[in-house]
Amino acid sequence: MQYEPVIGLEVHAQLLTKTKIFCGCSTRFGEEPNSNTCPVCLGMPGVLPVLNKKVVEYAVKMAISTHCRINGTSTWARKNYFYPDLPKGYQITQFAHPIAEAGYIDIEIGGAKRRIGITRIHMEEDAGKSIHDDLSPFSYVDLNRAGVPLIEIVSEPDMRNTDEAVHYLRRLHEILVYLEICDGNMEEGSFRCDANISLRPKGQKEFGIRAELKNMNSFRNVQHALEYEIQRQRAILEGGGGVPQETRLWDVSQCVTHSMRGKEEAHDYRYFPEPDLVPVVISDAWREDIKNALPELPMEKRERFLSAYNIPPYDAGVLTASRALADYYEEVVRLCERPKIASNWVMGDFLAYLNEAKLEIGESPVPPAALAELIGIIGDGTISGKIAKEVFEGMWKSGKNPGEIVEEKGLVQISDTTELEKIVEEVLEANKKQLEQYRAGKDQLFGFFVGQTMKATGGKANPKIVNELLKKKLSMS
Amino acid sequence: MRITKEEVRHVAHLARLNFSEGEEEKFTSQLNSILMYMDILNGVDTAGIQPMTHAISLGNVFRDDTEKESLGAEIALEGAPDGKMGFFGVPKIIE
Repeated sequence: MQYEPVIGLEVHAQLLTKTKIFCGCSTRFGEEPNSNTCPVCLGMPGVLPVLNKKVVEYAVKMAISTHCRINGTSTWARKNYFYPDLPKGYQITQFAHPIAEAGYIDIEIGGAKRRIGITRIHMEEDAGKSIHDDLSPFSYVDLNRAGVPLIEIVSEPDMRNTDEAVHYLRRLHEILVYLEICDGNMEEGSFRCDANISLRPKGQKEFGIRAELKNMNSFRNVQHALEYEIQRQRAILEGGGGVPQETRLWDVSQCVTHSMRGKEEAHDYRYFPEPDLVPVVISDAWREDIKNALPELPMEKRERFLSAYNIPPYDAGVLTASRALADYYEEVVRLCERPKIASNWVMGDFLAYLNEAKLEIGESPVPPAALAELIGIIGDGTISGKIAKEVFEGMWKSGKNPGEIVEEKGLVQISDTTELEKIVEEVLEANKKQLEQYRAGKDQLFGFFVGQTMKATGGKANPKIVNELLKKKLSMS
Repeated sequence: MRITKEEVRHVAHLARLNFSEGEEEKFTSQLNSILMYMDILNGVDTAGIQPMTHAISLGNVFRDDTEKESLGAEIALEGAPDGKMGFFGVPKIIE
């Protein structure tokens, strides 16, 4: 029997606010344990949470960017459960009236577009962090993260394979980072993903019983965990068994999922309206203000790059992968007006050196103006494309302008026909045997003569003129 | 009867409360009278009235995203029965 996977994803994104959602404690990561805490986030009796306005703005930004309907009035609820990293015994979240619903994002795989629905986006507070030590009979709790703002983005069960799931996640991640509302760091937990996955016989309408997967802290882990789960559930179904509804944890060291036992009752959260917080009301005017301040989103940027610069879709994809890279590229193009060559340089040498040095775009020793100048002097024939690579290396290491490097190293391209003619003659003279073979019909030796001439000039010969000269000389008998 | 003794026991368990047999009886009967009063309220005609989510008709009470000084770990842990290396020590949560 053919089975079809049905996948839905829940993403928790930590918002890049300075302070927590309901108190003025800092959200900085990696501080001394429990140092960023106060009576509100410690869950002391009698304290009053007050909502951070920025959290609402950020949530609305994400909602608009994912084509959601913004609910004019949204409310808060308490989700009750006991866990040591949840000091109040309940999490403040949104339940019956989330801030946004019914959106979508489009993904594209191998040229085919798919629309993945977004059920809802809601705001909530993060819990603290528990640390478990195998050798100790204790767990340790750090409440610095308790009260850090999150948005939860819940997808429709619209994905049918692991590729679609990972593409959806990447798009979501990219939008959050573009909007500068989440740093997207999966390892530090600022972008977390849970997955619901079930199988059904192909052609069947009803969904099968799903498992909920947790603990996947990279795109690769999400893909692997889903792939494992598809195999596992298929084996159960093919053996005539039933998949139990349960939460499973991805174990990255063994590449399997394990059942998380003893959570049956935890699903009885007894949500009720949070009496300490009044509703959030988003007026049309406020929503429009936020909308007007939105940056260009990755998809739109990609489309614009394709049409404005006439570069291949692959290039547009790479160049718009981050806002900083896209801005860098656009500045180079604005200055040199050669979009395709600029794209080759930015995607090629520039990114290679950047990755090698593990630097951010803003830390690059080669600013856009310098790269544009380099592309300019290739274009006007001052240096060849080959020499340009050497010049770029020099620019990267010294931070100097291409002009300075070319002058220092004497790399100016030789375009003087008389000078090159002399060199070509010397090359032919020195390689009489090959010359005879060429004239006897061995055409492929043409490249050999080009190579020898370039070698004789230290790569500085203008390749176009060398080609012309060689053609002329070799055709003479 | 709006609520059974089994339901009271279940809710008590979720709230980690331990009741004696006598208390279970008492709370079941008290909760039933509260829930029955809700039935009287349910008789009120509320057609065309928006449900309330809050006792005060107020919206958008915000604070700005500006940092305030935190208590710090030492004070935060002062009341903790088991503060270990700056952490709250609790009985092991996972096996």
